[in-house]
This record gives sequence, C-alpha cells and structure tokens, in this order.
Amino acid sequence: MKNRLKVLRAERDWSQGDLAERLDVSRQSVNAIETGRYDPSLPLAFKIAELFEMAIEDIFTSPSKTV
Amino acid sequence: MLTNPAIRRYNRRVMLLSIVYAALLFATIHLFVQGTLHGPIAYVAALLPALPLIGIFFVLGRYIVEETDEYLRMLMIRQSLIATGFMLSVMTAWGFLEGFGLVPHIAAYYAAVLWFAGLWIGWGYNIATMRRAA
Repeated sequence: MKNRLKVLRAERDWSQGDLAERLDVSRQSVNAIETGRYDPSLPLAFKIAELFEMAIEDIFTSPSKTV
Repeated sequence: MLTNPAIRRYNRRVMLLSIVYAALLFATIHLFVQGTLHGPIAYVAALLPALPLIGIFFVLGRYIVEETDEYLRMLMIRQSLIATGFMLSVMTAWGFLEGFGLVPHIAAYYAAVLWFAGLWIGWGYNIATMRRAA
C-alpha cells in the first residue's frame, strides 16, 4: 500500500530507527511499511496516524485509488 | 540483524532444547547399542529424543504468541508455512516413490529434519524480501 511515511519522516528529520522507536516496532517493520511491502494492521495504522497527528487516509493511499 | 526480547527468548529456548536433544539422542543410542533397554522402558527411552524436538515446535508457537511486532510475527509465520509446505511436498513425493519401490524407506522423523531444513529456506526467502525492500 502506497504511503507518505518516508516523506513525513524526512520532514521531521527522523531515521527509520527513530520512527520505529516511537511506534515501538522494529526498524525492519518501518522499512517494510515505507516500501509498501507490508500493510500495517488497523491498530498500527492508527498509531502511525496519531503519531503524525493526521488521518490514516492522509498517510496511506487506498489501494482502490491507486489503480 | 533482528533482535528483540521475543527473538532472544526464542533463540535461547531453541539453543537449550537443541543441547538437550543432542544429549538425549547420544545417551539413547548408547543405551540401545549396549542392549540394556527392553520392554516398556525401551519405548520410553526411544521417545526421549523426540521430546525436545516437539519442544522446539512449541517454542516456535510461543514466539508467535509473544512477538509484539506484527511484521516480525508475519515473517515467522511465513517462514513456518514455507517449512511446512517444503516438508509436506518432499514427504508426499517420497511416499509415492517409496510406494512404487523406487527409493528406500526413510524413518518418519525425517519429516522433522525436512521441516527444520524448510525453516532455513523460509528464512532465506524472508531475507531476500527484506533486501529487496531495503
């Protein structure tokens, strides 16, 4: 699933490790989500959205809208 | 390198059970070679090396329960499924070859050996997908 995680992270000058620490997940998880190789669960997506103080759909692009 | 408390616990438990397995296997083989085991005690002794291996299956299940990182949990589940698929495929194919008398009989515990080999294949697959993502 496409997302703006890398951009949002870069805006805050956070490394993948920094973001992983804030989300309490592994750096590998952040990398997998950023590159679209892993779609986070709804609770984790909410956690990401709450961390960036944004709505989920402002971070993640709905698969139906990327066709 | 993937390390977190759940992975460290899993590695420690697997290592411990592997040592127990090796010790029990050598002890049991030694006793059977000596010819000192007979009757019901022989059955119990023959089962002893299987117990730590069954323990490793349980430990893997515990890891899946204890892992709080959903992505790492998914990786282990995928790794286990690859291992299971590999083991079932080889054992099924071997079973037919054996049934038609084309290959010798192998002991059933080779299913576990193949499953552990399959875990390495699954691990390699996970590493490959992570490298592509990096």
